[in-house]
Amino acid sequence: MRYSILTLATQALQKQQRWPQIIAPEKLKPHYDIIIVGAGGHGLATAYYLSHNHDINDVLVIDSSWIGGGNTARNTTIVRSDYLLPASFALKNFALQLWDSLSQALNFNLMYSPRGYLDLAHSDGELEHFMLRANAMCLGGASASILTNSQIAEKIPALNLDQQSRFPIRGALFQAEGGVVRHDAVAWGFARKSSEKGVHIQQNCAVNKLLTSNGRISGVSTHRGKISANSVLVAAAGGSERLMANAGVPLPMEPINVQAFVTEPIKPVLDHVVNYNAGLSYLSQSDKGELVMGGATDGYLSTARRGSFARLEDTMMRAAQIFPFISNLRLMRHWSGTADIPMDGNAIVGRTEIENLFVNCGWGYAGFKATPAVGWKLAELIADGKLPEMLKPFALSRFTDGALIDDAGIGPYPWLH
Amino acid sequence: MLLIPCPHCGERDESEFNYGGRVADFPELQADMSTWHRAIHLPDVNDPIVNEVWFHASGCECWIQVNRDIRTHEFQPIDKLDHS
Ligand SMILES: Cc1cc2nc3c(=O)[nH]c(=O)nc-3n(C[C@H](O)[C@H](O)[C@H](O)COP(=O)(O)OP(=O)(O)OC[C@H]3O[C@@H](n4cnc5c(N)ncnc54)[C@H](O)[C@@H]3O)c2cc1C
Ligand SMILES: [Zn+2]
Repeated sequence: MRYSILTLATQALQKQQRWPQIIAPEKLKPHYDIIIVGAGGHGLATAYYLSHNHDINDVLVIDSSWIGGGNTARNTTIVRSDYLLPASFALKNFALQLWDSLSQALNFNLMYSPRGYLDLAHSDGELEHFMLRANAMCLGGASASILTNSQIAEKIPALNLDQQSRFPIRGALFQAEGGVVRHDAVAWGFARKSSEKGVHIQQNCAVNKLLTSNGRISGVSTHRGKISANSVLVAAAGGSERLMANAGVPLPMEPINVQAFVTEPIKPVLDHVVNYNAGLSYLSQSDKGELVMGGATDGYLSTARRGSFARLEDTMMRAAQIFPFISNLRLMRHWSGTADIPMDGNAIVGRTEIENLFVNCGWGYAGFKATPAVGWKLAELIADGKLPEMLKPFALSRFTDGALIDDAGIGPYPWLH
Repeated sequence: MLLIPCPHCGERDESEFNYGGRVADFPELQADMSTWHRAIHLPDVNDPIVNEVWFHASGCECWIQVNRDIRTHEFQPIDKLDHS
């Protein structure tokens, strides 16, 4: 069904009882051309571009839980491309271009809201670094500018610009195209369109083993039996580690907890995304009026999906430094996701030593924004067998070659997280 | 929230500590690249009970070693480290 004002009206007349299922009912075949393990944004985007860019539809996307139930629908929905190093910038900027028209392409409202992203600087040194980053972004074809405090005040009147505060604000890096995208809609939108083309989507069925023979992938094993395939993509975020290790391809990655927080709804006060860099606390306001906040990771190994109270306190304290009124608000909800963080903080995407086994994981706390771009490029790799330029730097082999992607500029420190 | 059992100070709030990560056995300096790669980059992900170190910065200022189940945050009994 094509969603339109007409379908809305006819469904309303039918008392909303006749809406078809968004994805086709589940059916499992014994064999597929391609199996994608993990129905997060990245796995589903890859299925979508395989079917729509390459007409490859004999695909199964399989998940141990529900669509988008991993980090895809747990994140704080921010998209931007303000990265200094070319590898990270290129993918995220390509994604930003795709986000712009994706709602139309998917016929599903992703609520992409390019409301502008402000990264606050607290010292002249930091501001200088932001200029370097803004220049790099402009050279790469993105728009970026540096804002003075009076320009910041125009955009966000509620922001505390008091120069006597502990971490006074000295300016900001601004990207107008940065903003937010409704995360669960991304998963459902990709799933729906892929399903229309015949892609199978199987929820609540964990893959417990990758099957190989003679150095080639041959399928996966699940509690509902074995399913064979010509190619397999593991896009299971933190779940990828153990699957790959047991197939003889250990990944340089550790699981760390990351939290998000939501306050009670209030009147419109913030129509940008703002990132406070003294410590870390970033905020945006949802359409319902809630302030959505995030902070640093909990900082230690965890798969518990249970947040540290110390981090909660820290994130709130910093948010209240830039928006003092926040101390009057109640926190309504907070939740956690297990971020899959590689040893240089950057994702692992591409081929593996096992023939026709592909991997895409390690997006940690920052991979939502890259979702459509990675899906697009991975579909190209799987369909044509040629490694796209944009994916080359993200190869797993960079850890043995010593070609780490060091966005933070603090060296190849394995415990970066 | 973690209540970390410091062998010197008793159970203390995690905010008093800095994390040091897994206890790692590092190879000889002369070891080849693949040995170093394994030691630095490839953690043992099959065991959810992790042997790790924390620095009790706002306490006894000692590194302590604990075993923790990263699925539940439950601590196992610990030993004192040799401080020499
Ligand atoms: C609190 C928080 C805030 C964040 N904020 C942002 C942000 O503002 N901007 C941004 O760009 N990024 C953000 N991120 C990061 C972003 O959410 C992730 O990088 C991204 O969503 C990862 O997508 P994915 O598809 O790789 O993984 P996931 O969405 O986690 O999907 C992986 C799927 O694999 C499944 N799976 C695992 N093991 C198995 C198995 N054995 N068999 C079958 N299926 C399996 C899981 O159930 C899951 O559905 C944030 C993350 C968190 C936790
Ligand atoms: Zn102590």
